[in-house]
Amino acid sequence: MSDKTIQDINEKIADGSVAVVTAEEMPGIVAELGAEGAAREVDIVTTGTFGAMCSSGAFLNLGHSDPPIKMQKVWFNDVEAYTGLAAIDAYMGATQLSETRGMEYGGAHVIEDLVAGKSVDIHATAYGTDCYPRKLLDTTVTIDDINQATMFNPRNGYQKYNVATNCSDRTLYTYMGTLLPDCGNATYSAAGVLSPMYNDPTYQTIGMGSRIFLCGAQGYVTGQGTQHDPTNNFATMMVQGDLKQMDKKYVRGATFHGYGTSLYVGIGIPIPILNADIAQATAITDADITTNVLDYGVARRSRPVLRQVNYEELKSGMIDINGKEVTTSPMSSFHDARAIAEELKDWIKRGEFYPTLPVENLPNSGVVFKPMKQMGEQPTVADVMAKRVTTIRQGLTVEDAAKVIMEGNFNHLPVVSDEDKLAGIITAWDIAKAVAKSKQDKVDDIMTREVVTADASEPIDTAARRLEQHNISAMPVVNKHSKVVGIITSDDISKLVGRR
Amino acid sequence: MKFILHATTEITSKPLIAEVVLETGILLNIDRADVKPSGGEVVIDVHQDGYDTVTAAFKKRGATITPLEQPVIKDEDECVNCGACISVCPTGVISFKDDWTVQMEVDKCVQCGACVTMCPHGALKIDK
Ligand code: SF4
Ligand code: SF4
Repeated sequence: MSDKTIQDINEKIADGSVAVVTAEEMPGIVAELGAEGAAREVDIVTTGTFGAMCSSGAFLNLGHSDPPIKMQKVWFNDVEAYTGLAAIDAYMGATQLSETRGMEYGGAHVIEDLVAGKSVDIHATAYGTDCYPRKLLDTTVTIDDINQATMFNPRNGYQKYNVATNCSDRTLYTYMGTLLPDCGNATYSAAGVLSPMYNDPTYQTIGMGSRIFLCGAQGYVTGQGTQHDPTNNFATMMVQGDLKQMDKKYVRGATFHGYGTSLYVGIGIPIPILNADIAQATAITDADITTNVLDYGVARRSRPVLRQVNYEELKSGMIDINGKEVTTSPMSSFHDARAIAEELKDWIKRGEFYPTLPVENLPNSGVVFKPMKQMGEQPTVADVMAKRVTTIRQGLTVEDAAKVIMEGNFNHLPVVSDEDKLAGIITAWDIAKAVAKSKQDKVDDIMTREVVTADASEPIDTAARRLEQHNISAMPVVNKHSKVVGIITSDDISKLVGRR
Repeated sequence: MKFILHATTEITSKPLIAEVVLETGILLNIDRADVKPSGGEVVIDVHQDGYDTVTAAFKKRGATITPLEQPVIKDEDECVNCGACISVCPTGVISFKDDWTVQMEVDKCVQCGACVTMCPHGALKIDK
């Protein structure tokens, strides 16, 4: 059969004969008719996703005040926007936090409020020039009062994303939500079968100039997103659309407890079925899409991969991690992803939306997502820890411990077993308390058994954060056999930071 | 049926719950206990038949009772049906329906607050 062109499809939209289905319906159709048959019958497959996309924001042009101001700093509802763009343009980023309300309200919420038609307070300062004499500005506006309000998102619509779980013994608050200790839960993102870029994994129809559903308006892909990584199926795209046309249902500010704010963005991409290959690609199912389960308990750039999992398993609500049944939950809304794919389908059927082919496709190879170039060596715990550390054996008395501490003039004394394994820790304060109660205890009776430890090879920053979180001033450094190889204190760390 | 028992410091020092169980002979399940120097708050689950007797026995000892009819409230306008709240709930209150909207079996809720913290959209609230 001869392939279709985008003009053929658009003519069918105009005369009302276009055949549109969602990416959820397509696997069944391809199974029944084969890819060739499906390509003959179906003209467009619609996709959808609705989830947190941190790398989002909006350009807002406020119009000139009288006398005019060249804003040097500007805040919308106490959330600062970037103003290094002429006089009265600002870029409001989704993850910028309110200076008065903190994580509860951020740039994402300002954008949501604007789309919802709410009024927003603006405060701006400037240094004053001959052409822009004004130094201070306070006003209140709604989206109708300002000129352009353009959503411009540098990195949206991740093709796929990792699943997050937490093998550590502490609850973590991340951009993947609350992660309970000991793999207490697992969270995932992306829409699976409806995921826009998974339905065209070589980006034959997606790229600069593709017209898309963006938050209820017609928007465009403007090119590859930042961190675009096609080799690992972590493709991303940059998108743009008119905030004034958007539907507040699909632009939602969010707060991830302990992390900050983000914007839930609704994106739907129509995939024109030009040939059998494209039809075949849209037949992908949840079972075909796999991703990695990562341990967010390790706060490093490369987190350990615990297993591979597919979206069918994830969506069942339970996955097996190291023999444990772990409850999963999505962070993005499949319900709304479906609503977006359906809405886009309706637009096309009603002749309100005409898909375009890109003027330049997203690159599907040759792009590498590089790690950051960092200057100098990152110091590790091994660089600052005290390597000569005094320990005390289990079974000895508090009095023995008191002597050791006094002789050594330090505060923390790790307690070790006969096999030299770390069993607990006592501080000078523990001893003082025991002595005050004049109890003739063994160290075992007064030691803290749940010891927070460090690893010699970990970066100083993660060790410092752990000290801070547990509100302690020292941690024994242990090797993989639980043997104490050093001790690191917050003093050691501050000295190092002072030097840096 | 679940209720919250509020007790002041004067009575938290007494074995309040044990006394009530002994007196009424009705078994209670403690879903959640939060006892601070300023007083205590305990979520108690009791079979419907024993509810009146048990709450009366607590009131007699000076405690205040709040029935938990709607322990956790979801604001439908804010909820986007993401389901993030599902995996943090210790008692499996929240689940997806077939159409991927989120449903709650609130009678299983112990008011731990985990879902409230998790919800990115501020859609959940604990009723006090
Ligand atoms: S407060 Fe939320 S997480 Fe806790 S039991 Fe109730 S529904 Fe579950
Ligand atoms: S986490 Fe919040 S927004 Fe998401 S489903 Fe639960 S209540 Fe709704």
